[in-house]
Amino acid sequence: MTPITVRVDGAAYTDDVEPRTLLVHYLREQVGKVGTVVGCDTSNCGACTVHLDGEAVKSCTVLAVQADGCEVTTIEGVGQDGLHPVQKAFHEMHGLQCGFCTPGMIMASIDLLEDNPDPSDDEVREGIEGNLCRCTGYQNIVRAVRHAAAEMRGGGGGSRNGHVSPAVVDTAAAPHVAVQA
Amino acid sequence: MTAVEDRPGVPSDDAAAPEIGRARRRKEDARLITGMTTWTDNMVLPGMLHLAVVRSPVAHARITNVDVSAVREAPGVIAVYTGQDLAEEQGSLPCAWPVTPDMVNPGHPSIAVDQVNHVGEAVAVIVARSKAAAQDAVELADIDYEPLPVVLDMEEAVQDGADLVHDHLESNTSYHFVFDAGEMGTGSDTDQAFADADVVVSRRFVQQRLIPAFMEPRSVVVQPQGDNYTMWSATQIPHILRVMAAMVTGIPEHKLRVVAPDVGGGFGGKLQVNPEEILCLLIARRLGKPVKWTETRSESLMTAHHGRDQIQYVDVAADREGNVKGLRVRLLADMGAYLRLITPGVPALGAFMYPGIYKFPAYRFECDGVFTNKVPTDAYRGAGRPEATFAVERIMDELAVELGMDPLELRRKNWINAEEFPFTTVAGLAYDSGDYETATQEALQLLGYDELRAEQQRRRESGDPVQLGIGFSTFTEMCGLAPSRVLGSLSFGAGGWEHAAIRMLPTGKVEVVTGSTPHGQGHETAWSQLVADSLGVPFEDVEVLHGDTAISSRGLDTYGSRSLVVGGSAVVKAADKVIAKARKIAAHLLEASEDDLEFAGGKFSVRGTPGTGLGIQEIALAIFAAHDYPEGIEPSIDAEATFDPENFSFPHGTHLCAMEVDTETGFVKIRKYACVDDVGTIVNPLIVEGQVHGGLAQGIAQALYEEAVYDDDGNLTTGTFVDYLVPAASDLPHFDTGNTVHAAPGNPIGAKGVGEAGCIASTPAVVNAALDAVRHLGVTDIRMPLTPERVWRALHDGGDGGERATARTNAQAVDSTDAPSTSGGAL
Ligand code: FES
Ligand code: FES
Repeated sequence: MTPITVRVDGAAYTDDVEPRTLLVHYLREQVGKVGTVVGCDTSNCGACTVHLDGEAVKSCTVLAVQADGCEVTTIEGVGQDGLHPVQKAFHEMHGLQCGFCTPGMIMASIDLLEDNPDPSDDEVREGIEGNLCRCTGYQNIVRAVRHAAAEMRGGGGGSRNGHVSPAVVDTAAAPHVAVQA
Repeated sequence: MTAVEDRPGVPSDDAAAPEIGRARRRKEDARLITGMTTWTDNMVLPGMLHLAVVRSPVAHARITNVDVSAVREAPGVIAVYTGQDLAEEQGSLPCAWPVTPDMVNPGHPSIAVDQVNHVGEAVAVIVARSKAAAQDAVELADIDYEPLPVVLDMEEAVQDGADLVHDHLESNTSYHFVFDAGEMGTGSDTDQAFADADVVVSRRFVQQRLIPAFMEPRSVVVQPQGDNYTMWSATQIPHILRVMAAMVTGIPEHKLRVVAPDVGGGFGGKLQVNPEEILCLLIARRLGKPVKWTETRSESLMTAHHGRDQIQYVDVAADREGNVKGLRVRLLADMGAYLRLITPGVPALGAFMYPGIYKFPAYRFECDGVFTNKVPTDAYRGAGRPEATFAVERIMDELAVELGMDPLELRRKNWINAEEFPFTTVAGLAYDSGDYETATQEALQLLGYDELRAEQQRRRESGDPVQLGIGFSTFTEMCGLAPSRVLGSLSFGAGGWEHAAIRMLPTGKVEVVTGSTPHGQGHETAWSQLVADSLGVPFEDVEVLHGDTAISSRGLDTYGSRSLVVGGSAVVKAADKVIAKARKIAAHLLEASEDDLEFAGGKFSVRGTPGTGLGIQEIALAIFAAHDYPEGIEPSIDAEATFDPENFSFPHGTHLCAMEVDTETGFVKIRKYACVDDVGTIVNPLIVEGQVHGGLAQGIAQALYEEAVYDDDGNLTTGTFVDYLVPAASDLPHFDTGNTVHAAPGNPIGAKGVGEAGCIASTPAVVNAALDAVRHLGVTDIRMPLTPERVWRALHDGGDGGERATARTNAQAVDSTDAPSTSGGAL
């Protein structure tokens, strides 16, 4: 057993872990961050994506001991002041169905937008190709990411890539996602 | 023109606007985008033990010795069970669909006792304090196998003298299922039709083996409480699972509660009674402790049931003018090593859809279910109908080529015209409604058909190394499973009804209990919309409960595009009953005659005095207090309903794919994909569009990417996501989708079902498109998936680019006295 200290979603945790324990298993089983999930055993699906010191990583490819002294953000901590714009956009654009891939997709998308605040459809598709979704066919995920990008650039600011193809006309539907503070 | 954009904006403050048709954002998203989810694997119970399964590394062998003594000594291990230990109590996993009276079912143990029949079959189960400890001990199990010959190839397996999967059986054939329209009285004599035909085209198509590959791995938790058991499982079918698990284990049904919490996709893959579910129950009963099993992805790909895996021999007969005269289909369907829940029924479900949207006067279908040493096949999105649609849409293109006709003209000449509905097909199905011409016209526009055809011509003329093709699929499917009596006539082991209950809470809030069990389809949102319209209550005031047999007492769960059509209809019927009960109370309280009351916008008012009256939510409170209500009725306006449809519903659509094929590299790329589907009334356009997108992704994946491959020893060589190519975002195109709407006459909503449409329709459109691009270069078929290598081989070596070149002789093995008459092409 090795002692580690990790800040997860803003709180500090000190735990003993086996050296072989993967970060994702530490998060789920010891810290209780079950919002982050495991979808594969070959680092292909991206369902386990979290931010390690601000960078998206597949938490099944990182040992818990490697996160010692680091800051981890999971889907549970990403919306510190209400929902993150990317979370909102996934809801608004119907970018999820079963939702199993969603935490990883959102974390990967946030990272993508940090690198490229105004991605084209193709750039989004390439940017999230490490994350598999079996439900949506990705089109609404692409819409969601671009919608979030526009929001985050502020006030629907101009895009070099044209408008987000709108899934939306009916703005009727008030968002049902209450802010979870 | 997407489904969504078609809808004009509805002002957000217009409370009177109907909910049905509104692109409501989903209620279920709140927990899913924040990680506040209840996946089965999230569950932790005090004292919970963890299971790991020791699995067979060989495809076919007798178990000669099992030594688990070292496992018992391993750190953290509490117990270990072998097949022998559980043999007396494990029963047999159920097969609910004996498609013929003489179907051979060898039985399906949850854990192998003396013989293994596919790689990955359970041979021992380890119980430990942690998952890691259980998994660590797996390699300490010492099991000796005496190999038996491995049966993998269906065409060889049905030959006389073939090696047997189950050596106590006479052959590898489980059943021979026939549907003959001539004999059934729904069509004319098929042999005669072929004898009289000007043209006969015959083809052999391979429906490769696929893996449902839901993203959430299967997971089961069982908690024993005295002689009661609660099972949480990542399942599509908690209700069916409860009945079946009770029958298998002998735990009385009323002592077993099954809960499907958040479930991460299914696509038919979680429509199963899994060996591990039974093993968890048996072990929890033995140990008196809660147990959990969660599979790894590799276990999932190797041992959860697969889909498709059929060889189709298809003959079509026509006259020179292109009028179809007959259709003959012979199928070899790979069952795998055992019959699971509806393994044998999948091809039978397809049997009725081979005629597609066309007016075939004669039709004969026969199918052999064949055992092999592979994991069993079972439902996968579409289940039988994608195979049927592929066959008919592919053979129509082949017939068009043979006749020198435009493929769309040939279809148009033979499809059912809008004014001919309802139309009873040669397979005996009564298609309810539709308009194939309009859907096709809209799809052609959406694709930009004329320009693409012109470009195709230019590329051909210039000898461009990148050729362009356009593929059609004008499909229909039978959805809304299902009329119970029809299922009975097909020997299915259950009905097809669905149940709903509505509970009016004292504060006027509404609980809707549905027997349909979502795992991504958005029932909580769509059912809320239905009830908001029916009862005239705010969308936000409705809560939808599901997936727990203790809460939802009756149900038949979610598959076969049935949820809205059957389950949603039950909700609407229950709401009607609530209104009928509330009407009596309202009449009493308003001191009016029931007949003088009208109900609109959630309010009962006396006719002619709108604006006055009593809201249904107020009545809920009044009847909770129950201080003042009429004599002779119960103080409740809660109601339940069971809806059993009279007929299937028949969504249809036209799917068009434009495909670029690089003739130098064999690389294919979808240039554009457009489809117009008619799924009947659309409750939520956002959800409908999402279902179509997801279906398209899976149908395109069958055409281009996915195949479960076994090596000669029966090892799955596509056992991880490295090798089994579930498409990523960069592998798929943008989809242009649209809808026409012809309400289904057979249910109160008018919905036809949408879950499977995209998956059923898209595969042949994609393959037809690729062939259209290169047919002038002599290519007549390419086996799925259309890998660059296969496409390149087809271009350079002839044939279908697949491995096997002996199809013609093997085709005759199905029925050597009646080999298909062939006319060129790619057998
Ligand atoms: S679980 Fe980490 S990539 Fe699949
Ligand atoms: S929403 Fe189900 S896997 Fe992406």
